Amino acid sequence: MNTAQDHSEDVTEEPIPAMQQILDNPFLLLFIGIAMPTVLYIVWGVMEIVGIPVAK
Amino acid sequence: MMAVNRLFRTCPSTGLVYHEAAEKLIRWNAVAGVVSLLVGGILALLVTLTRWPAVHLLPADWFYLVLTAHGLDMLVFWIIFFEIAVLYFAAAVLLKCRLATPRIAWVAFWLMILGAIINNVAVFRGDSSVMFTSYAPMGAHPAFYLGLILFAVGALVACFVFFGTLVIAKSERTYTGSVPLVTFGAVTAAIIAVFTIASGAIILIPTFLWSLGLVAHIDSLMYRTVWWAFGHSSQQINVAAHVSVWYAIAGVVFGAKPMSEKVSRTAFFLYICFLQLASAHHLLADPGLTSNWKIFNTSYAMYLAVLASMVHGLTVPGAIEVAQREKGYNRGLFEWLRKAPWSHPSFSAMFLSLIGFGFLGGISGVMMGTEQLNLIIHNTIYVPGHFHATVVIGTTLAFMGLTYFLIPTLFRREMMFPGMAKWQPYVFGLGMMSFSLFMMGAGTLGVPRRHWDMTFAGNALGYEFPGTAYLMMGIMGISGIAAIIGGIMYLLITVGSVFLGKKIATPDFKYVAAKDGVAPKPAPQPAFGASGHGASIGMAGFVAPGTFVLALVFLTSFILYYFVNWKYLSTVWPLS
Ligand code: HEM
Ligand SMILES: [Cu+2]
Repeated sequence: MNTAQDHSEDVTEEPIPAMQQILDNPFLLLFIGIAMPTVLYIVWGVMEIVGIPVAK
Repeated sequence: MMAVNRLFRTCPSTGLVYHEAAEKLIRWNAVAGVVSLLVGGILALLVTLTRWPAVHLLPADWFYLVLTAHGLDMLVFWIIFFEIAVLYFAAAVLLKCRLATPRIAWVAFWLMILGAIINNVAVFRGDSSVMFTSYAPMGAHPAFYLGLILFAVGALVACFVFFGTLVIAKSERTYTGSVPLVTFGAVTAAIIAVFTIASGAIILIPTFLWSLGLVAHIDSLMYRTVWWAFGHSSQQINVAAHVSVWYAIAGVVFGAKPMSEKVSRTAFFLYICFLQLASAHHLLADPGLTSNWKIFNTSYAMYLAVLASMVHGLTVPGAIEVAQREKGYNRGLFEWLRKAPWSHPSFSAMFLSLIGFGFLGGISGVMMGTEQLNLIIHNTIYVPGHFHATVVIGTTLAFMGLTYFLIPTLFRREMMFPGMAKWQPYVFGLGMMSFSLFMMGAGTLGVPRRHWDMTFAGNALGYEFPGTAYLMMGIMGISGIAAIIGGIMYLLITVGSVFLGKKIATPDFKYVAAKDGVAPKPAPQPAFGASGHGASIGMAGFVAPGTFVLALVFLTSFILYYFVNWKYLSTVWPLS
């Protein structure tokens, strides 16, 4: 057992804050970054356009 | 299975660790970007000389052709090639990791090259002068869309090579804890890129089929809505990328460390959540979409993204100020700024980029993004005035600053014409600032964008612009030429250095194979994030009082300009 290893155990014992865990997960961020604009911009926008009555 | 390339070299002057395959890909992508910039720059000269009323160089059909090619070569090909280089750099080099699947990365690169060439050929054939936005039902040659689609697929694949590299770095433990802030910014850019490119595919593939006659009809409002998810979001890739470059340059030049990792990362997170929604500001004048949709996406969501930009605009100079004060430049409010290395082109490019992006691009962007105020400037030359401040002063100039850092470490060449390099950011940056400003001025008087002839000679419904509008378009032309000279200086320096510059000889230079699964130990730490906070710097309890004052100046200009425009709106249609 060397001291370096003891030290690294100290570090891992400290709990990682929830927000940091989110920010450390690129694939979760990728999901958020696609879901938000897809729902709020594209889907909502397209639904409004589809809902425009067709001229007769 | 193919053997994995685990050859690395350590740069003797910066300590950066380069994976052999990554290094090559970064170089080639950067060079492809610069070649696009060269083509786009020649076209910029022609467009500018046509919009300068006293010169009015090209005939109408050539003007629209050249304008289309200028927009695409600059905003798509130059910027995205360079961004892929930045992504690979932020993943492989900053994490000291091997690049995931170099072969696939090369496929991506050649797809992008092929797409860029096909698209350019389509435009220069003359039957695809549909401009950057290629709004349906205006149709281009099928090759126009095909080229863009191939390029987009290549760029998407490159983004996944980036994500794959992150996975490898994590599993091979080339870093511990969180990725560095610059890499985190690149993650933000890559995420936005995935959404951007997917939206581009959703709209360009049907449009391609329509151009072949396989799809009967493309609804124009649907096109515009989905196209802008691509067109606007791609600008947000740029913002995330150039902000990362600001942090990187602040780290390299000053050893500056972000004032708060937490705050900076949260700001990037706001980008991920909200930046792309602001795409709706391009549809503010379109009937058919409700004000609910417009105002939610532009005002509420966009302001959160703008807030994030202001955070970055504050923490980057703040970090520089702290680093400078710790070095002893602690007197008064601005000694740190006066004593900054103004003749170091990486720094001056980065700082002009930050100021120009914030004051010119940022303030005008928020004004235009307000539904009511948008009417004042919609489709006027104010719009290109705004986005040349963001994508040229903001993104392009930041990338130029990064290039000066990359020439010795990535290309291992000495920089040619160092005297010219000192001046280049000023000629380009100040020229562009004046260019943007006068475009905005002329736009406020109603001069249209994308218009061959502002005199409307021979038109049934003419309009007589005041003399000031012509004067401003003239000054715009002269400033544009100055900026183009700055661009030529950049090209001379980079192309000269990379191809003809003196090789930097490193005595015992070699690529070494890393032990299985582990990247080699870097020699000295690179400049990214050195320095701890010293004891007593700053004034009146602020560690970065100068930056605080700059922020107040910014906010005051912002508020004044915003309200002046509301006042102006009230005079547009007199109600008497
Ligand atoms: C010295 C540099 C440059 C000069 C003098 C210049 C000049 C111009 C001019 C005069 C226009 C036409 C405005 C109009 O009539 O509507 C224009 C359009 C445009 N420029 Fe630049 N430009 C420069 C660099 C760039 C760069 C670096 C980018 C992108 C990164 C860029 C992106 C665009 C785009 C997207 C358009 C609009 C195209 C369209 O309307 O379809 N420009 N530029
Ligand atoms: Cu936009």
